[in-house]
Amino acid sequence: MSVTVDVAVVGAGPAGLAAAVAAAEAGARVAVVDAGNQPGGQFWRHAPETVRPEPDGHGHHGWSTYLDLRARFDAAQRAGRITYLPGLQVWMAEPGFTLHTTAAVAPAGAVPVAVTADRLVLCPGGYDRQLPVPGWDLPGVMAAGGIQAFIKANGALPGKRFIIAGTGPFLLPVAAGIAEAGGEVLAVLESSSPSAWLPHLRAASGVPGKALEGAEYAAVFARHRIPYRTRSIVTEVLGSGRAEGVRTARVDADGRARPGTGRVYADVDVVGFGWGFTPQLELPVSLGVDTRLDADGSLVGVVDERQQSSVPGVYLAGEVTGVGGAALAVLEGLAAGAAAARPDSGVPVKQPAAIVRHRRFAQAMHQAHPVPAAWQDWLTPDTTVCRCEEVTAGDITEAREELGARDVRSLKSFTRAGMGWCQGRVCGFAAACLGAGPGEAPDAGSLAASAKRPLAAPVGIGELAALD
Amino acid sequence: MNPQPVTITFDGRPLTATAGQSVGAALASQGITAWRSTRKGGKPRGLFCGIGVCFDCLVTVDGETNQRACLVEVCEGMEVEGS
Repeated sequence: MSVTVDVAVVGAGPAGLAAAVAAAEAGARVAVVDAGNQPGGQFWRHAPETVRPEPDGHGHHGWSTYLDLRARFDAAQRAGRITYLPGLQVWMAEPGFTLHTTAAVAPAGAVPVAVTADRLVLCPGGYDRQLPVPGWDLPGVMAAGGIQAFIKANGALPGKRFIIAGTGPFLLPVAAGIAEAGGEVLAVLESSSPSAWLPHLRAASGVPGKALEGAEYAAVFARHRIPYRTRSIVTEVLGSGRAEGVRTARVDADGRARPGTGRVYADVDVVGFGWGFTPQLELPVSLGVDTRLDADGSLVGVVDERQQSSVPGVYLAGEVTGVGGAALAVLEGLAAGAAAARPDSGVPVKQPAAIVRHRRFAQAMHQAHPVPAAWQDWLTPDTTVCRCEEVTAGDITEAREELGARDVRSLKSFTRAGMGWCQGRVCGFAAACLGAGPGEAPDAGSLAASAKRPLAAPVGIGELAALD
Repeated sequence: MNPQPVTITFDGRPLTATAGQSVGAALASQGITAWRSTRKGGKPRGLFCGIGVCFDCLVTVDGETNQRACLVEVCEGMEVEGS
């Protein structure tokens, strides 16, 4: 099956929904491809509407924005302006543009559709960035965002007693969500320090909504007596066959564990880690868009004031232009959708002031919550780095020291790190850091090599063979 | 409206789940945290990223291999197998 439209949007989270609505309302014929079975993405993930037709938005932020966008999205669909293609993942984007899709799940999955469009708006979002630590491959260890997704989609918890660790403001809603759903959060361990905030207060004051949100979490933490320990990390997940506890330590400003500060939390059944987010760059990279390193060390796509990338006709919105949260993603999506609908207007555009403010806030946030410089010191030689191919930190440092493998591509060929099912999505950042060496962070070239995935999703050989 | 209970099987054993739940959530709710062993080290694996990125939670669903338990929604009579 195939459809031809003016604008194809990839993703139906905050950015994708906004882009689709803006493009359709500006008169374009739009197709929306999304891996989810219903709109919302990760941020507005909710229980299947087939089971709960009217979600109440409990535990969500910006739900009224979602309801507004959703109503406009549904109306545009009814009017025949939006063709909505849920349950499909794009596995290849061809210049010109054609999107090849595959069903996200196999039993009773969606029928693949090829989408041809004059312009693309790519809103693929992101996922939790991970730093390996001994024991992080035990069952019961999850991405912080995975715990939140579990709660949002299932209205239930993946365990009873939780430790949440990593860095960044996202740890707060995750812990608050667990507590509100009836789970016990033994502690939230934040590697950074609250004083890291002080130089950035001016940027924060530009986005008062974020301060309100922060106050809300503080109230939940107080009500549930959740300890928030700054300058603290999990040094090891303990357990045999599954996570049963964690060893923690206080760290210095570079993230080095301070001797004598070790402590054990026992009877833990879920450990959630989040070190910021990694934007999903494979589709933009495969189309050749210019990329850069953002303040958080992530590879992101470069866009102009219309959200257009260096490739004419390819627009980017949301986390792929720099991790900045849902409110910013909506603003970018609206701008990208409107621009993609009317690419030849020729009128110079000034970037909306709200986007500038949110972007500044996001930068401040990244600077206050860096990946600790000394994180590689936490590893032992037998710590798993690549979970898929079971490549250890020792394997990678050996390839670096003995074989001179310093970039992700060489590491991959020598050690198989990043070659498995996830194609380096989980270990890519960590492997690139290890390749760069102790205390070092990867450059844009190394991360771009890691994001280069000719197949953006696993496909059957039949689907490959069916290509013209 | 409360979602309906549905019965699935996991490695042949019947297991009660809730309509709308993912396979991963259905297993985790019953205290099952691992359902796959790694190829090399034989280590147990279950849910990790929870959003379809990491492929750690792969299961066989109604004969279809390599399905992400975090994405597949349960339905009455579904047969789930670990590996």
